[in-house]
Amino acid sequence: MSEPPIIEVRGLTKTYQVGEVAVHALRGVDLEVLKGEFVAIIGASGSGKSTLFHILGGLTPMTSGTVQINGRDLAGMTNSERTELRKTTVGFVFQKYNLLPTLSAEDNIRIVQYIGGREAMFSPSFQEILKLLGITDRMKHKPRALSGGQQQRVAIARGLVNSPAILLADEPTGNLDSENSAAVLKLVKDLNRRLGQTILMITHDADAANYADRIVKMRDGRIV
Amino acid sequence: MILTLVGVSHGTLDQSAQRARGVGADIWFRPPGSSAIGLSSAPMSDKIPALLMKEPHVAFAMGTMVQPLSGFDAMTGVDLEDFRRLNGGFHFLKGGPLINDNDVIVDEYYAQQKNLHLGDTLNLVNHDWKLVGIFESGKLSRICVKLQVLQSLTSNQGRLSQIFLKVDDPKHAQAVVDALRIKYHGYQIYTMEEFTSMLSISNVGMLKSFIAVVIGVAVVVGFIVVFMAMYTAVLERTREIGILKAVGGSSGLILNILFRETLLLALLGSAVGILLTYGTQWLMKHAVPASLVQETVYDWWPIAAGIAVAGALLGAIVPGVKAVKQDVTEALSYE
Repeated sequence: MSEPPIIEVRGLTKTYQVGEVAVHALRGVDLEVLKGEFVAIIGASGSGKSTLFHILGGLTPMTSGTVQINGRDLAGMTNSERTELRKTTVGFVFQKYNLLPTLSAEDNIRIVQYIGGREAMFSPSFQEILKLLGITDRMKHKPRALSGGQQQRVAIARGLVNSPAILLADEPTGNLDSENSAAVLKLVKDLNRRLGQTILMITHDADAANYADRIVKMRDGRIV
Repeated sequence: MILTLVGVSHGTLDQSAQRARGVGADIWFRPPGSSAIGLSSAPMSDKIPALLMKEPHVAFAMGTMVQPLSGFDAMTGVDLEDFRRLNGGFHFLKGGPLINDNDVIVDEYYAQQKNLHLGDTLNLVNHDWKLVGIFESGKLSRICVKLQVLQSLTSNQGRLSQIFLKVDDPKHAQAVVDALRIKYHGYQIYTMEEFTSMLSISNVGMLKSFIAVVIGVAVVVGFIVVFMAMYTAVLERTREIGILKAVGGSSGLILNILFRETLLLALLGSAVGILLTYGTQWLMKHAVPASLVQETVYDWWPIAAGIAVAGALLGAIVPGVKAVKQDVTEALSYE
């Protein structure tokens, strides 16, 4: 019997109320992602891909439908249950890196480790990830002392430190030049291949999407 | 702010007590209803000292008249010969005693604060005085003139504000006070030890109320400042809070971080506040040594720190709760 999908989305809708106007960001999305897959969701601005990212990451509640993440149903989850999901099951990489500016690269990673209730020391396997990301000599630096590419590598390390089942990446190369974009995407691909890390990447860049095993296109709140 | 004002209150009283002790008398005889920290009138007859000297064990009695000036300043009319008999007189650092009717002598701090030199003219109680002597501080008053001249200028001829008594043996001071209290009912009569021990915040009603108001204002101002500072801090760190929430930080954890940060800031602020009191102390000592004296009141350090911590924590509650209720995606998009 085949393994169930690590992400299973059925009939997902999301409607925002902007004043008296209802904005339908997602209009019935169905999606399955298998464990160890690297999937890119591509679409233009306003296609609903960021809303999907936020719902899958437990950052925003859905309006209707079902979403199973690693066997857990997101529908009807309370705020604290979604917080727990973010802590234990999902790691994030954001377009703007979202590192805490007052902390060093190492402390940015350690604080997530602390939130996750992990040991203070980095595990040997995570140290391997740091080597793979090529940031072991930049760990004592504050984000402002790092290049965009280096900051995004720190953000990837932070997203993986608690060994999440899924790494969600929202436009991870959106703020990088082409050289750094290629380097970061190659690293993400390597992480997927070497560690079997499930990765769901949101992007509007077709070149970036080509690094994924599978590309899912979105338009007007639907998968096409 | 609290420590400085408390320090000034204590310092002012202790200076008064020091000057009272510096008179060298054993008993202080004051008119009925007079304040512990000031004398604003001269209601006693100048015949009383002579009567008091007839009492058993009273070796000598000297009356003075006190004329309040602006602020904390006051000038004292004194007979220097009587003062010399009481305690040996002033120790002059510059110049000498009062000779002419318009002569004035001041203590070293008053001279320093007003930048006075011998021969300078001072206009006090609408009268020009010539500075003829600067004496060592700590005795009786900061500004002294001839008793009869001050009485005449203020239309208090034959009137006194206070009388200092010297007894033949200090051991008899309490017995003399007890006897005088019966005979001069209503007058405020104390041994010097009694009087100087009364010069404390809790014994001076006006100062007690003043300190209460100061603390109240400090608490309110502190609360508003901390509240606004925390509110601004939370606003400025909206994105950071969003990041913490995005990576799984619970509301409790974020509030915990905010409160710990607030506590640390409040304690550091208290420490800086304590250091600043030494700065204000130095400033007063060099700029206004005669008017304001600030003491370091160690007992108030934990009280002031407690007020700062309580105000800071209370001020952090509202923005803290607001911060953790914030939507994560909105917080992350905050610029």
